[in-house]
Amino acid sequence: MNLIAFMGAIELGLVYGLIALAVFLSFRILDFPDLTIDGSFPLGAAVCATMIVAGYNPFLATGLAFFAGGIAGLVTAFLNLRFKILNLLASILTMIALYSINLRIMGRPNIAIITEQTILTPFEGHAIPGYYLKPIIAAVIVFIVALIVARFLNSDYGLAMRSTGANQKMARAQGIDTNKTTYIGMALSNALVGLAGALFAQMNGFADITIGTGTIVIGLAALIAGEAIFSTRGMLMAVLACIFGSIVYRIAIGLALNADSIGLEPSDLNLVTALLVTIALVLPGAKNPLKKLMKRGN
Amino acid sequence: MIEVKDLRITFGKDTPNENKALQGVNLTVAEGEFVTVIGSNGAGKSTFMNCLTGELIADSGKILIDGKDVSRWKAARRSSLVSRVFQDPLAGTCENLTIEENLSLAYSRGKTRGFGLAINNNKRDAFRERLSRLHLGLEDRLEDKMGLLSGGQRQAVSLIMATLQPTKCLLLDEHTAALDPRMQAFVLKLTNDIVQETGVTTLMITHSMSQALQYGTRTVMLHEGQVVLDVSGEERSAMNIHDLVDMFAKVRGEQLDSDSLLLG
Repeated sequence: MNLIAFMGAIELGLVYGLIALAVFLSFRILDFPDLTIDGSFPLGAAVCATMIVAGYNPFLATGLAFFAGGIAGLVTAFLNLRFKILNLLASILTMIALYSINLRIMGRPNIAIITEQTILTPFEGHAIPGYYLKPIIAAVIVFIVALIVARFLNSDYGLAMRSTGANQKMARAQGIDTNKTTYIGMALSNALVGLAGALFAQMNGFADITIGTGTIVIGLAALIAGEAIFSTRGMLMAVLACIFGSIVYRIAIGLALNADSIGLEPSDLNLVTALLVTIALVLPGAKNPLKKLMKRGN
Repeated sequence: MIEVKDLRITFGKDTPNENKALQGVNLTVAEGEFVTVIGSNGAGKSTFMNCLTGELIADSGKILIDGKDVSRWKAARRSSLVSRVFQDPLAGTCENLTIEENLSLAYSRGKTRGFGLAINNNKRDAFRERLSRLHLGLEDRLEDKMGLLSGGQRQAVSLIMATLQPTKCLLLDEHTAALDPRMQAFVLKLTNDIVQETGVTTLMITHSMSQALQYGTRTVMLHEGQVVLDVSGEERSAMNIHDLVDMFAKVRGEQLDSDSLLLG
């Protein structure tokens, strides 16, 4: 693993750290297994890339990608809360619908923005080479977002949201409108994914309809890695563990794919990820959000 | 304070399992009264309680609390007027949150939940002061997860949470049923102290006839979804458990074949 590949892993780890954070919000905080993420990630990329190509300000495009993701989360929450569709199924419905919507937004399966103005453009052209610049910018954005989320979760409203996922009946008895907190939590979760999609598109210079596949599994893997390695006492630590877990996961994958002796190819990435998550699931004593999902059978 | 008029609710309507849980409950509770509610299994006690808190919305009838018609209010909205303690110690608190976080949730009941810190030093001091009255040493364990506490400790904290903010009425749903006898006595004494101190209007469901007479100022019996007995004042203070059991049997039109109601 050379320096450029290493920095690339960190950059990708940071961007996917937002997804781990989103998975933390839905699976852990709200106890809402949410697969919308597979659709809202390319949604963010699609909205951002399409607007950039159309000549809009890249910061505005990134902001709108954030909002678009949030709306996707609201739709899933609406299907679940209003029509009582099982949360997992509601999120799959939104995800599958987003595939068509993303194609509509982009007008074609792939948009290249490598030559366009992005949020990286103002910082380029200085002495710092691109493979340092991208991780630095990603780190600044991701950590600011992470700190805001941690502060939110420590607020009165954030605490209300946490109690919603932990004990709905008790939350209602304490005067918490659990529907409202679920809407807001799901919107926030998917907005973070939309933002991640926008960053991904700008860092890599393209948006593609297929980039969403398996996003949820990668997010889960990062979350599990973070919780296994770092102490998650307190919200700030839990949130930072998501980000660092994602980076560790990316570096581990990078090392595995680079080690010639194992004989893995980049195309084996999804298989390796699925195996990792499965192992984490069946390991005795491992605590992870899917465990609960297995027991309840939904 | 609480006015219930002809409250009716049916579960599984028009199915073979149809269950008329409440069949016209009428009850008026004055401010400051401490009412104990008894009744056999399936009499509608818990359903009645859930209707009061808004977990269930009745099919027909009216509920007025503090003069407001809350019949159609959802649980979250009603929480500004009523607070409750559940039968299951696990239900009234969040085991994954710390003691102080649980208390903070209750502290914000009836207020707008904003983006200020949920835990700060002022709140901590207030929580510590409230918990120290329990003499359970919980004031030094504010950052412990709720799940680490015993059932009795959790019920005690639930009681503190229910009365942390001023409330119009306190609803206790067999809140000592799941506890061992020693903890039962402790939680009951705590309940009585809090009710005496705050003078809050209280409804306590209980399975124990002796508790029903020992605590409170008035006893109400539910049977088949209706109020069938309502005693207070001198009539009540002259009663003993046997009188109550006799009345209970008379109401049911049958002899009780079990002493289970006497126990405890």
